[in-house]
Amino acid sequence: MIPLSWYLILAAALFCLGLFGVLARKNAVAILMGIELMLNAVIINLIAFWRYLKPDQVNALVFALIVFAVSAAEVAVGLALVISIYRRRGTVAADEIDLMKW
Amino acid sequence: MTPDMILFLVIALVTLAAGFMVVTTPNIVHAALWLILNLFAVAVLYVMLNAGFFAMVQVVVYIGAIAILFIFAIMLTRHAMRDSGPRFNTDWPMAAILGVALLAALIWILSRWQSFMTLPPMLTSDTDILRQLGQALVSPNAFFIPFEIASVLLVAAMIGAIYVAWGKSGGKK
Amino acid sequence: MALLSDPVIFIANWIENLLLGWGLAPLLVTIIMDLLGAGIISVAMLLLVVILIVLERKLIGRLQGRFGPNRVGPYGLLQTIPDMIKIFTKEYITPQGADIFIYNLAPIMATSAVLLLWAVIPYAPRVVGSDINVGVLYLVAVGALGTLAILLAGFSSNNKYALLGAFRTVAQMISYEVPMVLALLVPVILARSMGVNEIVNAQYVWYVILAPLATLILFITAMAEVGRAPFDLLEAESEIVAGFHIEYSGLKFGFFYVAEFLHAFTISGVIVAMFFGGWRGPGAETYPILGFIYFMIKTFLIYFGTIWVRGSLPRVRIDQLLGFGWKILVPVALTLVIFTAVAEKMMFLMAATVIVRILVHLVINLLLVLVLIVIFRAQEARRPLRKPVAEPRTVALGRHSVPPESPSA
Repeated sequence: MIPLSWYLILAAALFCLGLFGVLARKNAVAILMGIELMLNAVIINLIAFWRYLKPDQVNALVFALIVFAVSAAEVAVGLALVISIYRRRGTVAADEIDLMKW
Repeated sequence: MTPDMILFLVIALVTLAAGFMVVTTPNIVHAALWLILNLFAVAVLYVMLNAGFFAMVQVVVYIGAIAILFIFAIMLTRHAMRDSGPRFNTDWPMAAILGVALLAALIWILSRWQSFMTLPPMLTSDTDILRQLGQALVSPNAFFIPFEIASVLLVAAMIGAIYVAWGKSGGKK
Repeated sequence: MALLSDPVIFIANWIENLLLGWGLAPLLVTIIMDLLGAGIISVAMLLLVVILIVLERKLIGRLQGRFGPNRVGPYGLLQTIPDMIKIFTKEYITPQGADIFIYNLAPIMATSAVLLLWAVIPYAPRVVGSDINVGVLYLVAVGALGTLAILLAGFSSNNKYALLGAFRTVAQMISYEVPMVLALLVPVILARSMGVNEIVNAQYVWYVILAPLATLILFITAMAEVGRAPFDLLEAESEIVAGFHIEYSGLKFGFFYVAEFLHAFTISGVIVAMFFGGWRGPGAETYPILGFIYFMIKTFLIYFGTIWVRGSLPRVRIDQLLGFGWKILVPVALTLVIFTAVAEKMMFLMAATVIVRILVHLVINLLLVLVLIVIFRAQEARRPLRKPVAEPRTVALGRHSVPPESPSA
């Protein structure tokens, strides 16, 4: 029997790894990978809470399914934007795409 | 140490190690492959949580579509199969400290919640949960509207992604 | 008698009792039995490929008006053994600059993805590798793994042409995954369950009679998924590059080769389980060994169908391929799923009999086939006819086109 805390700590650690990836990486695609890690941590949390607290209701499962759909949509649009930026600017490093700054 | 505890520790170790390699490896194609390993380990976690359906959805959606999309995007945005420059920003120590601080804060807050160490209740029959999920997604009293809005979101994302990534030649159509 | 009529369950029970009698823990016994089952299925399938390769070569030869291999062994049936020896003894040439770990991982992943498909298909009554209730989704998921393996193979070869070949292969495979999933949804709706075992158990009437269009769509898209003719643009010998596996030699190429043949056979097994009743046949419930024989016969017949199509049809171009998949197959499959679902619900509410159900579904499928034919005719009519460049003329040496005069005296 695995206590709920183990799953929650794992999800929190995965979330913080994703956060580090988003904040510290230069490549825009790597930033999107960090976002995917964070979304995975969220879904692990949802499913763990479902299993441990309310395994007879499906609200949490519907929430998790919608999060799957939203993350897929967000990755598609994000990667399309990255490809489009690469075509126009020739780079995907996040700190070189600064044409709108002072 | 029951066998499922050992299994959980192994899978959690693989997940966190793969996640760590995703955010630190300099070669971005390797980062995509470590991401695939991470997603696989998370799918195994879903099986351990008696949510086999979500394990399959994870493999089909994340590994079968999103990871392949990542690899395509990486191939299309590299300068002739080379990597470019340092992999981290200049502020990466601050990001590391922020990550560790957030992790510590989350664990501290959760440990003060009274249900933090609950053990899983026994499942009566887990074949009905799929039927309940299906009915909840299409029943008007349940989650029918979020389901439809999610499908509209997917169509909008599809159209948006096609239009944005079309390029200079056919973008005006 | 139990050994002859139900050998698999008999032997499984015998081994389990043996292991329990030796005093092992029940959990360990379950793990050992599972590993043993997986090992036996994998070895049996890999050995089956030996027969499949020589069968295909001889059949293709006959379809093309020649004999096929006929030197080694009686009627050339042992041809695969010298082939295997040749592939085993070839040198592994790793290209310079290749990513070593991924380069070696890709063939293993490709073959494993195909072997993993056999885990959910029932071979006989009560003999199934793993009876999960989301078997159909598992089939799609493992198919996605095969696609990933090809992408990794193309990338890790450090070769631009391999990368391009891998991109085109993956584009074809993900384009045809959508109509394949939709066609796989039709038996799920008809059987009200996603588990392959339940779908086979619910087929008192084979689903090919209820939904022939879905069978056809699954057949076409499965062949496009595997990369077989007429969709084998990506690895055909007459193309400029041989696709994603040009940098592989020796047994690593052998893995891809085996994976392709076994994938074609596996997908025939999936089609049989979904639409042709799996192990169902006269007397299969009482003598399960007959169920296994029926399953094998049906799978070999569908595999013969794929070989027949390979030998008869010319190759399809990549733009024709993608256009066909997205513009024709996806709308037709989607309409079929919608109509099947609506018809099933209506008949469930009206509590229709079996005959009415069969007739209604058959009529829906045939109507959609008619719509397809009308669409194809309209497309053909709209395509501009090429005017002949040169018009045939009767060339007369100084004579007009009048009948020759009677010879004068």
